[in-house]
Amino acid sequence: MAGKSITKVTRKKAAGRGSSRLSANGARASAAKWVGQPIRRKEENRLVSGKGIFVDDEKMPGMLHIRFVRSSYAHAKIARIDVSKAGKFPGVVCTLTGAEIKKQVQPFIEIGPGGAQKIADYPMAVDKVVFQGEPVAAVVAETRFAAEDAAELVEADYEPLPPVVTAEDALKDESLLHPAMGTNRNWHGVFEYGDVEKAFQQAAHVVHIGRLHFHRFSSTPLECNVILANWDPRSGDIEYHCNNTFPSFASQFLAPALGVRIDQIHMKSFDIGGGFGIKITSYPYMAACALASRKAGGRAVKWVETRIEHMQASAHGNERTFLDTRVALDKNGVILAIDSKHVDDCGAFPRYEPLGCVIWAQVLPATYRVKNIRIAMRQVVTNKCPVGPNRGYSRMQHLWFMERVMDICGQALGIPADEMRVRNYIRKNEMPYKTPNGCVYDSGDYASMLAMAKKLVGWDEWKKKQAAARKEGRWIGLGIGSTLDSGTNNFGQARIINPDAPFSGQSKVGIVKLDIYGEVVVSMGSVPQGQGHETAAAQVVADALNITPDLVNVRPGFDTAHNAYTGHTGTYASQFAVTGLSAIHGAAIKLRKELSRLAAWKLQAKEKDLEFGVGAQGPEVRVKGRQKAINYWALANLVNVNNAGMPESLWDITLNCRHVFHANFQIPDVKRKYGNLTLTYAAQIHAAVVEVDRETFQPKILAYACVDDCGKAVNPRIVEGQVHGAAAHGIGAALLENCGYDSDGNLLAATFSDYTPITAVNIPELLYGHMESPSPFTLNGAKGMGEGGAAPVHTICAALQDALYSSGVIIDDSHNTGDSLFHTMQKAESGAYKGMVRVEHRRAAR
Amino acid sequence: MSDAKKILVRARVNGEAREAEVEPRTLLVEFLREHLNLTGTHVGCDTSYCGACTVILNGRTVKSCTLFAPMAEGGEITTVEGLAKGGKLHAIQEAFAECHGLQCGYCTPGLLLATLQLLRKHPRPTDAQIRKGIAGNTCRCTGYQNVFKSIRMASAEMEKR
Repeated sequence: MAGKSITKVTRKKAAGRGSSRLSANGARASAAKWVGQPIRRKEENRLVSGKGIFVDDEKMPGMLHIRFVRSSYAHAKIARIDVSKAGKFPGVVCTLTGAEIKKQVQPFIEIGPGGAQKIADYPMAVDKVVFQGEPVAAVVAETRFAAEDAAELVEADYEPLPPVVTAEDALKDESLLHPAMGTNRNWHGVFEYGDVEKAFQQAAHVVHIGRLHFHRFSSTPLECNVILANWDPRSGDIEYHCNNTFPSFASQFLAPALGVRIDQIHMKSFDIGGGFGIKITSYPYMAACALASRKAGGRAVKWVETRIEHMQASAHGNERTFLDTRVALDKNGVILAIDSKHVDDCGAFPRYEPLGCVIWAQVLPATYRVKNIRIAMRQVVTNKCPVGPNRGYSRMQHLWFMERVMDICGQALGIPADEMRVRNYIRKNEMPYKTPNGCVYDSGDYASMLAMAKKLVGWDEWKKKQAAARKEGRWIGLGIGSTLDSGTNNFGQARIINPDAPFSGQSKVGIVKLDIYGEVVVSMGSVPQGQGHETAAAQVVADALNITPDLVNVRPGFDTAHNAYTGHTGTYASQFAVTGLSAIHGAAIKLRKELSRLAAWKLQAKEKDLEFGVGAQGPEVRVKGRQKAINYWALANLVNVNNAGMPESLWDITLNCRHVFHANFQIPDVKRKYGNLTLTYAAQIHAAVVEVDRETFQPKILAYACVDDCGKAVNPRIVEGQVHGAAAHGIGAALLENCGYDSDGNLLAATFSDYTPITAVNIPELLYGHMESPSPFTLNGAKGMGEGGAAPVHTICAALQDALYSSGVIIDDSHNTGDSLFHTMQKAESGAYKGMVRVEHRRAAR
Repeated sequence: MSDAKKILVRARVNGEAREAEVEPRTLLVEFLREHLNLTGTHVGCDTSYCGACTVILNGRTVKSCTLFAPMAEGGEITTVEGLAKGGKLHAIQEAFAECHGLQCGYCTPGLLLATLQLLRKHPRPTDAQIRKGIAGNTCRCTGYQNVFKSIRMASAEMEKR
């Protein structure tokens, strides 16, 4: 576990490099630039001390506990729900049923157009259940034990309906989840660019690929959903302490459903035990908890989701099936065109969907120069847990598809995997690169990243070892995974899904103020879950005011009371380094200007003669070259406490500076499905060596390297941690974690013991390399990062393909275990893969 | 839930005598969190897989979500709140903080106690001993790399003392 690593900065003179490692607690008051330094996180000390405040650590006076009663069926008509016995149980305050709730709320808004608008999504099932674990009733009691015991007394009878478990079954429309929609197909659109047919006519080779399947998994944050809700009967306001990570989105769904004004929904979070996107769609439970609180007479209600509830009925990542793929290549293996049909499976309710049906298009050509592309994208509903935007959301499915295409074509034409990529990658000198659908890749050097990954993993040596091992009958494979982590999304892409969607662009708020005693206080418009936002924000503010990060008090968590939110506020889509920090930087610069004006008046100096820094009495503004200075306490005092005699020209100064960052986006051309969907493109390129045991078929990683490039790294220590974490999720997903269902719609991995999240014994050593291609479009050249694009899923599939190709195997699924590979080999022996990949060699290409 | 059903559980927790009357089915983790207000210990999976609830009971790491509180009667318990002494972080806490061996921090209390136990048994653990020592502690954020680094740093620091 020695951990070698390489760092390379592509553009010299990135700001703030060159200093030694510094501690945030260290008193270093020079003009050092803090952005770019790997400083220790401000969050660490409270979290290692057990002083983090997670929602379940919070209590409210008179707090009650709610327990949901859930469907054991995937698809059934509700024949009867009887809560009378439960209602009489000692300690029970009230019960709720779906039928009762239906009279009190509007169904949640649907983003999709047409028939999707007819889906009635309520906080609990009303007439029928559409996935296993869907809540049908709830019990509210004085204690959690009483709620649990009473929930056992709720009687529910069901009339089972035929379950729709696979995307292919859904397409048949034989059994409908939402009869009012008239079909299980809730969205369809064709994304076509260039001249696909002409490219096929000109191709030297055409490769036909059969069905590929990207499986369902979830990053399963260790803290489940927790909601503490209080609907105050006096004010009509609803207060939430919760761990929802996109509170603005949740509010916009909750307010119309519950019939309150947005301003009446107060939301706050403090520490959150991981999210990875999965907690974004917790709003149905937030609504149910509020309704329970109201029915209980305005007493607070707490819901702590159990792990089984989380696995069955919170959210999973999107499952996608790729059909009828055709790839046109020239004689050198350069891909000229791709034509394919994709079916996304969003589970029982769309919720955040069908946004995933366009979000993949942020990375339409992946890291490649392919110009002619036609993807028919369809989404269906199935009797499975609704999906949510899981880390790498919608792009990883598409990137996996593109990487499978690359490897399958390479192998079909006898071109090595690394060579195949180098021939097809977008070149460094083509950046910024406009994709066929109008997205702009801001910067990057994929070929150099690949070279770094190969060097780290020992590619050339392993090639030799592989050849020797093959002679001994061992199955060793080498694989590459190229991904993009598109960040700072343009919500205007929702118009491609539904032209009437009333949102677009992207914004974030930051507030930087000088409090009454001169303390620098930052309120963030983000909802961090471990990404170190407090630290990064303090680094940016420290640079803006020429102070140290430990002098910047960043308020942890999110609170609507801070007023640091817009309708886009949340933590998602790899963007804080761009949107959140730009907003905070803008606010810090506004504060600096106000301080400068105040100090110029008080010190009787010109603003241009002032400088910022830390003096003997803390942060101050001083006159250059003279002994005149005023510290922040005195400046704050002038405005807040001691303001008699201040000239009227300074009365606009509040020392409470709010800045809204707007990304410079246009609304895409909806007809052509064309426009800039995302501001930045971080990249990761991974390389791995995997061996499949000949006896057990168990795959084992022998070497693993990750190279990332997220532009200027604001805090390299945090960036490396994010790369490790994303890699672990990908490796877990590729080899262990699977939200599989049986043919009746029963989830087969409803506990961690079945789902087996990756642990310390099955994570390989991750060799790490870092490059910096600064973004030309952002403050400091930073790009959002953290999602990682599920690079290991692509990389491991590629390595398995390489290991087993000579045995006639095509890796057609993103999830591979010893068990599944055994069946894969049996399939190969029976010739099942023979027709799956078909190559047409045409005339020599021009 | 009448009081008659409750039983008294007493334990020394982080060196202090603590007690509470609880229903017999109360889990040890609930006793710590709900009754003693020691909220540093967390629940992640309910089924002993993830180890967010790890505490040390009578010299052994236990998953406090899988023991009933009365099973700890008369016991000696260490939780994350008991690691720092006199306002100074324990070497293990310091190492995790310095090596960025945590992100969201939800699994961290359990990992710290598993590490404490690991280093008591193997003051200079091998890589394999480190992996095995924390095999019962799931972290969803770090990919374990910085956790390994933290444990090696803690081991080196504790050797020095």
